[in-house]
Amino acid sequence: MYPASFEYYAPTSVSEALALMAKNADARLLAGGHSLLPAMKLRLATPPTLIDIGKIKDLTGINDLGDKVSLGALTTHCQVERSALLKSVCPLLPEVASHIGDRQVRNRGTIGGSIAHADPAADYPAALLALGAVIEAQGSGGKRNLNADDLFTGLFQTALNANEIVTAVHVPKTDGAGNGVAYAKFPHPASRYAIAGVAVWVKIENDSVANIRIGVTGAADHAQRAKKAEAALQGKPMTDENIAGSANVAADGLSTMGDIFASADYRAHLVNTLALQALNQAHARAHGWH
Amino acid sequence: MGVLGQSIKRREDPRLITGEAKFLDDIQLPGLVHAAILRSPFAHAKIKSINTDQAKAYPGVIGVFTGKDFMDLNPLPCAWAAGGVKNNLNTPRCLEPDRVTHTGMGVAVVVAQDRYIAEDALALIQVDWEPLPVVTDAKKATEPGAPQLHENAPNNIECEWECGDAAATQAALDGADVVIKQTLINQRLIPNSMETRGCAAQYNPASEEYTVWMTSQAPHVMRLLMTAFVFGIPETKMRVISPQVGGGFGTKIYLYPEYVLMAALSKKIGCPVKWSETRRENYIATTHGRDHITDIEIGVNKDGALMGLHVKTYANMGGILSTIAPGIPTTLYGRLLSGPYKIPHIYCHVSNVYTNTAMVDAYRGAGRPEATYVLERAMDLVANELGMDPTAVRRKNFIPSDEFPYTPADNILAGLTYDSGNYTLTLDKALDMLDYTGFRQEQEQARKKDKYLGVGFSSYIELCGVAPSAWIGLPGQGWGAGLWESANIRMHLTGKVVVTTGSQNHGQGHETTMAQIVADQLGIPVEDVLVEHSDTAGAPFGYGSYGSRSGAVGGVAVYRAAERIKEKAKRLAAHMLEANVQDLVYQDGKVMVKGTPAASKTIQEIALASAVGYSLPEGMEPFLDETSYYDPPNCTYPFGTHICVVEVDKHTGSTRILRYVAVDDVGNVINPMIVDGQVHGGIAQGAAQALYEGAVYDDNGTLVSGSLMDYAVPTAHMLPSYETARTVTPSPVNPLGVKGAGETGTIASTPAVVNAVLDALKPFGVKHLDMPLTPEKVWRAMNSNGGKA
Repeated sequence: MYPASFEYYAPTSVSEALALMAKNADARLLAGGHSLLPAMKLRLATPPTLIDIGKIKDLTGINDLGDKVSLGALTTHCQVERSALLKSVCPLLPEVASHIGDRQVRNRGTIGGSIAHADPAADYPAALLALGAVIEAQGSGGKRNLNADDLFTGLFQTALNANEIVTAVHVPKTDGAGNGVAYAKFPHPASRYAIAGVAVWVKIENDSVANIRIGVTGAADHAQRAKKAEAALQGKPMTDENIAGSANVAADGLSTMGDIFASADYRAHLVNTLALQALNQAHARAHGWH
Repeated sequence: MGVLGQSIKRREDPRLITGEAKFLDDIQLPGLVHAAILRSPFAHAKIKSINTDQAKAYPGVIGVFTGKDFMDLNPLPCAWAAGGVKNNLNTPRCLEPDRVTHTGMGVAVVVAQDRYIAEDALALIQVDWEPLPVVTDAKKATEPGAPQLHENAPNNIECEWECGDAAATQAALDGADVVIKQTLINQRLIPNSMETRGCAAQYNPASEEYTVWMTSQAPHVMRLLMTAFVFGIPETKMRVISPQVGGGFGTKIYLYPEYVLMAALSKKIGCPVKWSETRRENYIATTHGRDHITDIEIGVNKDGALMGLHVKTYANMGGILSTIAPGIPTTLYGRLLSGPYKIPHIYCHVSNVYTNTAMVDAYRGAGRPEATYVLERAMDLVANELGMDPTAVRRKNFIPSDEFPYTPADNILAGLTYDSGNYTLTLDKALDMLDYTGFRQEQEQARKKDKYLGVGFSSYIELCGVAPSAWIGLPGQGWGAGLWESANIRMHLTGKVVVTTGSQNHGQGHETTMAQIVADQLGIPVEDVLVEHSDTAGAPFGYGSYGSRSGAVGGVAVYRAAERIKEKAKRLAAHMLEANVQDLVYQDGKVMVKGTPAASKTIQEIALASAVGYSLPEGMEPFLDETSYYDPPNCTYPFGTHICVVEVDKHTGSTRILRYVAVDDVGNVINPMIVDGQVHGGIAQGAAQALYEGAVYDDNGTLVSGSLMDYAVPTAHMLPSYETARTVTPSPVNPLGVKGAGETGTIASTPAVVNAVLDALKPFGVKHLDMPLTPEKVWRAMNSNGGKA
């Protein structure tokens, strides 16, 4: 595990980081390093320059913004998992964070790093899609916001530009009456990445589904919404039959991937199975039954 | 009560827990340089040429070498050809000069100021490869038209070996009421010791001596193989040291190309050199385990009585032979196929086969897990076929406790006999712990709720304490050496004791257990005993640690050396007490006149008198210093019953182990806590084979499961809390009555877990599945009949 040599910079502001990126076209940003460093140790990645954004204070902190919560890009999985604010107003994120890797990974890995890396089996993307999160990015041309729906575009591919840094994530509060969230995951036994993971946010009004978003990760080359399953429940009461009907089409339209551990068919089956679990749990939580 | 049999804390642990232990990679030597090895990306290819010019010119590089630079060295030896048959041996060189037969074989080495530079320079070496066709499956490799790996091995056959009686077994099958046939795949495993391998070497040109540090379970044997077989120099010209070794599971028994390479490089470049294996290299260049394809036929009468067992196994050797590879699936597998059962006739035929995969050699249990898997799956297939309870089939066929020593049928054990056993006892005890009747009721209730529980049994024997030299070393039996073990005890003038042993501690706790044996024997505080090992300059020759032999062979050597210390102490005490030696007894650390405890000398007083030496009996030499070279008269045969309870999730096919009951009989126990630890770890490894682990090669011979991200070594939350117990049937083979406890867990657990899953799947009409029982495989099996339970 001996990486190739590289230049190392540790800027203390976003503007300084952007200036370094402009000067070093092949540079990679280093946040928690839990995806990049293993690849470098195997020399699968040999970036000539690392720009360590870990010392930029502006990228830290979890803040209550009234109707939403803002998480700095450097917020670690562990900070998300343990945040009293998030547990109370956006419990899906801490729940999903608790599934990531192991304690050591959660202590170092960051939400911004996970988003930018866009691993097809990462946990966060499912939650960000379910929550309709907004990702804030900053480039040489200034700041812009991207909807989670538009962010993940392919295998390790995002809508971010090469010269942009993820700076923050905004998530809505889901603590009002009738809201229920859940994440169901089937981890790979070795890597603990999601073979499939399904995140649900449902809002029930007058015994019917007023709004529902379902994010699926692990199964296809990038995280996507299960729109057919959402449509199957929208406006309907969450009866067992309706929930099952929705879960049964959760994998429809997904091009599921196969590998030595799980075939594409089995992954699709898991998506439906996990959707059922997550929908049932979110439903129970929406009613305060759990 | 003496210290023997007490769960005293391991004296190794403080240095291990605090990070003070020095492993191979911690070795620093003045002027040390570092090596990195270029490994073949192809599973089968000719090397047309290698250009090292650019690599040599890279700043910081000291030298770049290829196989052509080491043609003065012999290929590595194979130390255990399969017994009694022709072996088509092919062994590696320190770097392959012409051809590779699996991915990961070393073809060039860079030596540089540091490892980073060495790795940079590897990328600058240009190899002109000519890829050749590849075969990875052992059965397919023997078929017509398969790619041929070695000129001397037609159809890729390393050897054809057999044991038992083919004709009698066929007749027994013909006469049986029912014959059950099944193909069983015992998949390839990657051992994953916590510490990877490594080697450092230093050559002294003035004395022409090599010092080689290596991660070895058998440093003396390594020195012998390196000097006598590869370098052609006297043993006295090399010192081999195993520093702290972080687990081996068999993989660190062998002489590997890298060890020869480091020793040779240290002389060639004139400074000490070190290579430390990366985990990536560990996956492709260290030996793998298991990998059998086996067809069984078992004949049984309607009452469940076994009549005959016919076994045909294709054992994958990999692309080239590791040090003792051919001996494992033959002597240590075929000869164990009677297990704990009275089987009237047995025949086993093994084809050892070359394929374009990593070398396969002994892995924890080594042949015996494979044999136990065959038998314990067979018992459940019989139970299923006859509609009998799986415990009833086992009970019916157990060797009765009054038939020991027992000789398995058709001379499959080649002259040895099982020493002692009471197989029903461990089964009964395990069933009690489980509450078997209660479980079957619970299982029935759960099925009604669409929940699927299963129970699996595994009754096993193992062969430990390898081995009587006259058995394993017989001419024609392939192992051209003995397997005795040595121990030396020196008692210094303060009464403190130094024990040196030829056994090698790489996690087993010998420094504790060997000290317990000596403290108990000599009646001294265990703190007064220091155990040294693993340095050919300090310890007498020994064969090292594997095959659960360090208690039953190495420990007995220690015991016998202590007996000799006591004998000499008594003779000296007789002189000191002016008594007759026949009137003296050794008790509680003192030599005393029988019936007159006041007339006594402590062992410390005697040691002092012996060390100062100014008043010794006529003809007695000073100092208490005794050595034993103990050769066991037989192997030992631990046994037991393990029971696993699982729940299989119908929706995902996932298996969860709910309970795991293990009742082992390892004979007398030196340190129960250490035995428990061995059993726990062994169960984890065996259960991992059943559910999680499996090496996967693609058609090009590339290891797809090439990292810990893909290859599922289980973590704590994937494993149950173990319920362990023991019965004690002392071995009559040795004076300690010990049998061996290092491998029982691995041997027993794999079929227990598989049988449990298949019991859970019984309502779905599933009779057999091959390991690992991954969720998808189980889910598909549950849905193969339309998901109808």
